[in-house]
Amino acid sequence: MMTNEVILEMSGINKRFGATRALSDMRLTIRAGEIHALMGENGAGKSTLMKILSGVYQPDSGQILLDGKPIAIKGPSDGRRAGINLIYQELSVSTNLTVAENVFMGSEPRGRFGLVDHASMRMWTNDVLKMLGAPFNADTHAGKLSIAEQQQVEIARALVHKGRVLIMDEPTAALSDRETEHLFRVVRKLRDEGIAVIYISHRMAEVHALADRVTVLRDGGYVGEMTRDELDPTRIVQMMVGRPLGDFYQHKAGRVPGRMMLEVENLSGAKVKPASFSVRAGEVVGLAGLVGAGRTELARLIFGADRKHSGEIRIDGQPVQTPDPLSAIKLGIGYLPEDRKGQGLFLQLSALTNTTLNVVSQHARAGIINHKALEKLTQDAIARLNIKVPGPAGIVGGLSGGNQQKVLLARWLEIKPRVLILDEPTRGVDVGAKSEIYRIIHELSLQGVAVVVISSELPEVIGICDRVVVMREGQITGEVSGDAVTQENIMTLATHAGEPAANAPVALQAA
Amino acid sequence: MSTHAISDTAQAAGAKRHGNLVGHLFNRLGMLPVLIVLYLVFYGLTVYFSADGTSNFMTADNTMNILRQVAINLVLACGMTFVILTAGIDLSVGSMLAVSAVLGMLVSLPGHAPALAIPTFLIAGLVMGMLNGSMVSFLSINPFVVTLGTMTALRGAAYLFADGTTVLNQQIPSFEWIGNGDFLGLPWLIWIAAGVVLLSWFILKKTVLGLHIYAVGGNPQAARLTGIKVSFVLLFVYSISGFFSGLAGAMSSSRLYGANGNWGVGYELDAIAAVVLGGTSLMGGVGTIWGTVIGALIIGVMNNGLTILGLSSFWQYVAKGAVIVLAVILDKWRQKQAALN
Repeated sequence: MMTNEVILEMSGINKRFGATRALSDMRLTIRAGEIHALMGENGAGKSTLMKILSGVYQPDSGQILLDGKPIAIKGPSDGRRAGINLIYQELSVSTNLTVAENVFMGSEPRGRFGLVDHASMRMWTNDVLKMLGAPFNADTHAGKLSIAEQQQVEIARALVHKGRVLIMDEPTAALSDRETEHLFRVVRKLRDEGIAVIYISHRMAEVHALADRVTVLRDGGYVGEMTRDELDPTRIVQMMVGRPLGDFYQHKAGRVPGRMMLEVENLSGAKVKPASFSVRAGEVVGLAGLVGAGRTELARLIFGADRKHSGEIRIDGQPVQTPDPLSAIKLGIGYLPEDRKGQGLFLQLSALTNTTLNVVSQHARAGIINHKALEKLTQDAIARLNIKVPGPAGIVGGLSGGNQQKVLLARWLEIKPRVLILDEPTRGVDVGAKSEIYRIIHELSLQGVAVVVISSELPEVIGICDRVVVMREGQITGEVSGDAVTQENIMTLATHAGEPAANAPVALQAA
Repeated sequence: MSTHAISDTAQAAGAKRHGNLVGHLFNRLGMLPVLIVLYLVFYGLTVYFSADGTSNFMTADNTMNILRQVAINLVLACGMTFVILTAGIDLSVGSMLAVSAVLGMLVSLPGHAPALAIPTFLIAGLVMGMLNGSMVSFLSINPFVVTLGTMTALRGAAYLFADGTTVLNQQIPSFEWIGNGDFLGLPWLIWIAAGVVLLSWFILKKTVLGLHIYAVGGNPQAARLTGIKVSFVLLFVYSISGFFSGLAGAMSSSRLYGANGNWGVGYELDAIAAVVLGGTSLMGGVGTIWGTVIGALIIGVMNNGLTILGLSSFWQYVAKGAVIVLAVILDKWRQKQAALN
């Protein structure tokens, strides 16, 4: 693999946005038939580098060699012509069109009289889909596909254009473990066909499983390159953050679970079969399972975001009603949604508004806002959570993923929650912010908050939770605690290895 | 790298800083520079085309004229700002104005209840606005469709109430002052418009409700999950738009001592134009009432200036449309500059 020819070489790349230096003297060497991971914290410049490579941005200076010859990539169409295809983090599949129409969007093959040649379009699309092992065909409506399948449509789009370099930006961010496994098989297959895959990810485990070579960036600059044999997670993290991180997940010490804070009994809804579990004050309980297992749906039932069919909720021993989010908030239940941009933040509004929106009524008299008090709250939150934002008036849309997530977290901390449900709190967040979010979760538990963490990253669940409730197909299939909190036990319950879901829940306890 | 190249980049950086400064200034001032330039251009043109080299555009009398003409559109545009901030639209303001104007005038006729004319204008507007708001918030019907429907239906209702003619009444002591009286040397029309602007600014900037309006417009899903009563907020914005339309109905019928079913045709477009010119995003969540004031003044200055220049009304339409589109293009450029900072 080391002997593969170099097909792409970027060197001396500089790029500025206004006063911010996004890239300085960056370089990158890509060989044919390799999976090349690009690692770095959010804001390190990975996405900018890839947008330059695919022609979305122009570098201020620097050189790009393709097959040893300098090329100018002036726009996305130049990039595509050179065989460089970028699959964005946010998928751009048009859900009103068929798969084939999506694959050929903007480059529809022309037949007689210049009309669209639907027959060839379908044929070529089906060829590529077969190669990818996709469970749908060219005529399927894209709106019916899952996120993972839509991603395959994007990959097909790149391949049908005879791509030589495929750039994937955080492709697994929205995938379950099973879907991730499948994606990995596809990526490896592409590599074996001689395609160079540039793979951007925050997840060490993925890079470890997949990458033939890793380039690490920090603050817009090149830090180093490693081959597969030299891969060492600790070293990569150190290179990414420029300092040792300490024990990344170790945030459990000193917790003393108190009285029952949240009790859920036979709660059911459209996608959740009667579910029962409980969380004590000062306890962090994980809600694990594959994507689509009903974890988010269960959380939304508790929070009153969706309609309940049956069941009872008790907070601090008292039966409560949560017909809508407002009543849940009044009871001290907070819910941080998984889709922070779509369901959590107000991107055009300020950090102040985003942080204090839940408590603004408490700092108002006769409906008139006490602006000074809100500003103070926001400044405190910025300091306490170490949020990097120009000030309370800073617009949240301009912040990095990690800082956006901290703003959203700050909003929920303002209500002084008794129960806090965090849905994928570290999705799309860089290593530094991740570790800070773990610290915040731990501090909340020490203050006696009952915390529920929904996460698709098993090492995270295992690292920060005292107890893990596992769901599958809308049902709680079991619970593990103590030393029984292992990847194997959780996965067994999440997939239930062949047994029907109707079985009674299993409780695994440390011996 | 040669020294030549280095000095090039230094120059480029300098130019960029300069660009940023202009962009920053634009960002703070919004559309105000456009208004000022427009005003000066009209001054120049009226001087140039006048026989004796004096302008009858930049005079105290004419400025008062502009403000008086702007007042009604500004009141409607303030209501429209609330609605557009929630990513909605209210096409029915002109029709609501007509219905409340006709109803108020009918009530003011001798033998009816002249003293109740003002409450009639306002309550009629409020009720119609609440009708829009209920359909948008509780039945979740698209605002464009809802208000397109009420725009058409209420226009018909206005004609029916007026029985197809103009309701005239020269004796309207209870509200004659609105359209014709002065206070401290300024027409009441201008005072009322200013009051509406201040009230709107206060609600949007200083109250919890105002914050919730921006939140609902910015991200309705997140607003719901954060405990905001989205349907109440929507009901409110359409209600206040109806209320202001009723007020505008009082203003126009008082000024003209009459009302008919034809009042206010096309006013919704001027109101929307003022809001958009003021930089409020049709996508919701972004915009200010001061922007709307500037937007309404730009339209007012254009209407007045083009008339004084003696341009035919056909050309006035062309010029007005062109300025609206150009101003919004400029605004887009301005926001791009702001995003770079």
